[in-house]
Amino acid sequence: MAAPTGRTCLQYLLHLAQDNLDFRLPEIRALLSLRGKPFQPGQNFKEKSPFWCLDGLSEEDVHNIMARSVCAKSAFELWGHGRTHSELRTSLLKYPSENMSPFMQQDSTYRINVYTFNKTLEFADRIKRIDAMEYLPFEGTVSLKSPQHIFCLLEDYGSDPNNIPEDPLYIYFGRWVADGQRELIRSHSVKNRHFIGNTSMDAGLSFIMANHAKVKENDFVFDPFVGTGSLLIACSHFGAYVCGTDIDYNTIHGKGRSSRKNQKWRGPDENIRANLRQYGTEKSYLDVMVCDASKPVWRDAALFDAIITDPPYGIRESTRRTGSHKDVTKPPDDFCGESHVPVSMAYHLSDIFSDLLNFSAHHLLLGGRLVYWLPVHRPEYCEEMVPLHPCLRLISNCEQTLSSHTSRRLITMEKIKEPEESDALAHLADPRFSPYQGHNAFREKYFSGLNKRGGKEDNAFTINGESLDE
Amino acid sequence: MKLLTHNMLTSHVKGVTKGYPLLIKATEVKVNEVEFNPEFVSRMIPKLEWSALVQAAEGLGHLQDLPGDLVPDYDKNEDFLKKVHRVLLEVEVIEGCLQCPESGREFPISRGVPNMLLNEDEV
Repeated sequence: MAAPTGRTCLQYLLHLAQDNLDFRLPEIRALLSLRGKPFQPGQNFKEKSPFWCLDGLSEEDVHNIMARSVCAKSAFELWGHGRTHSELRTSLLKYPSENMSPFMQQDSTYRINVYTFNKTLEFADRIKRIDAMEYLPFEGTVSLKSPQHIFCLLEDYGSDPNNIPEDPLYIYFGRWVADGQRELIRSHSVKNRHFIGNTSMDAGLSFIMANHAKVKENDFVFDPFVGTGSLLIACSHFGAYVCGTDIDYNTIHGKGRSSRKNQKWRGPDENIRANLRQYGTEKSYLDVMVCDASKPVWRDAALFDAIITDPPYGIRESTRRTGSHKDVTKPPDDFCGESHVPVSMAYHLSDIFSDLLNFSAHHLLLGGRLVYWLPVHRPEYCEEMVPLHPCLRLISNCEQTLSSHTSRRLITMEKIKEPEESDALAHLADPRFSPYQGHNAFREKYFSGLNKRGGKEDNAFTINGESLDE
Repeated sequence: MKLLTHNMLTSHVKGVTKGYPLLIKATEVKVNEVEFNPEFVSRMIPKLEWSALVQAAEGLGHLQDLPGDLVPDYDKNEDFLKKVHRVLLEVEVIEGCLQCPESGREFPISRGVPNMLLNEDEV
C-alpha cells in the first residue's frame, strides 16, 4: 500500500452532495481531465453513493478539483475504511505511520469531526465515536476553534431514509484536505443577482456546466443564446473571457419588463455587464450582441475554447429567428432602423440543434467543448435522438427531470476534428445526424401533457399492473 | 464593442462573398482601463487577422504605436502585449455602426452593443 517514494499512491475520499446525481461523474471527470488525470475509482465504486474513493491522484490534484467542483462537498486523504468499526481499526493500524506522523506532531492542534449520512446522531454518541479513535497516535492538542489539522470519521447509513440501520453500512476515516465550491450556489444565487430573466440558469447548474465544458483561465467562451448571462457569469468566475449573443434586443440591452415579482420595469444597472461587475469579473466581459444564432456573424475560423448555452425550448421564451414565412416585402417607408425587431418565424427545435452542432464544429478550437441543454419529451426519448456530428464526440448526457413527461438533458460534446466539405452533407446521408426531428413542437407536447391530466401517458390500460387489454 | 470582437465578425448579408472586415463608423468611442493579462492577450493573437486590427484601430484614431506587423516572440514581449491589450480590450465603440464592405449595409451599434439582425427581405 505505501510507496517507498512516499505519498503518491494514497487514496482520496470525495464526499459528494446528493443532488444532480447524474451530473456528478461528468463534472469530476472533466475536472480530472483538466489535470491530465484519469478517473480511477477504488474497488466497490457506486456512482449513486455520496462517497467516492479515488486512486492515482496527488494532493495538488485534489486541491485543484475541489477549487472547482460544485458537486463535491469535501475531500479527505483516506487513512482507513471498513464495514464495521473493528474493520476500520484494522485498516487504520495498517496505514503507514510515516504517512500519519506529519499531522500528529506534538506541537500541532487538531480536531475530529463525525459525519453520518442518512442518520442523525446524538451529541453523546458523537463524543463516544471520537473517543474510540484514541488508538491512533494523536500527539497534538485538541482545538475546536481553529485546528491545524482536521480529521473526519464518516459513517454511511445507506440511501433509504425510511429504513435506517442501527449500524453503519460503511465507515471511513481520513484527514480533511479541502472543501468544494458549493458556497457559490448561495453567493451567486439568482435571487440576489442584479439582472435576471424568466429563464436565468440556476447558479449551481451554471457552474456545473462550466465544469463540464472544462472552462479554464484565459479561455474564450461564447454563448449564442446568452439571455441574461448566467452561464457567462460562471465561466468568468473560472477566469474565462466571455462573449454572448441573443436575438432579443431588450434582454441584451437590459430593457423591458422585469422578471422580479415587485418590480415592473428593469432599472439602469440591469444588464450582463453589470452582472459581471456585481461578482467582480468585469474584466472578463468582452461583448454582447443582438444576433440571430441561425445566421452567425463570425468569420470562418476556430475561435472559441468553449461554447456553453441554454437554447430556448419554446415554452417560457419563444424560439424564433429572422425571416418570414410570408412573401418577402420591403419594410415600410417610415421604418427607422435600429429598434425594429425583424419578423420572427418559428425556429424548429431540431434546426436549433443541428445549427448549434454545425456552428460548434466550425468555430470551436480542436479539443474545445460544446455544452448545451436538450429538451426531451420523456415518453418518446431514446438515446438515438441526441444529435450527433462527425466532428464532435459525445462526452456525456445528463438528465434533469422537469415534470413527469418532460426533462432536459445536459449534453457535452468535444471537437475531435476539423470540418471537411463532406461533413456538411453528413446529415443527409445518415439519419443519426438529425435524429431530433420527432421533437419538433416540443412546446405542444409540453402543454398537452399538462392539459390532459390522467390522459394517455398515465397508462389507463392497467390496474395493479395487469393489462386490461388482451 | 471591442476591437477583439470586431476582428472576428464578418458580414452575413445574403450573396456577399467579401464581407470581412466590417468597416467601423464610430460617433462615440471610449477607452476604459482593463486589467492587463499577458497570457490572455498572447492566446488571442493567433486568432487575429492582424492587418484588420491595425486598420480598425487606425480608423478610430487609436492606433498609437501598435506595429504594422506582428512582432516575433510576442509572448515574451510585455511592451508589445500591453499595446495589443489596449487596442483589443480597452478601446470600445459605444455609438456608430459596422458597415458591410461589399453591400454597404449598416449594422448599428448603440450603448456599445452591435445589432447584427438582418431584415426579412435580406435573409
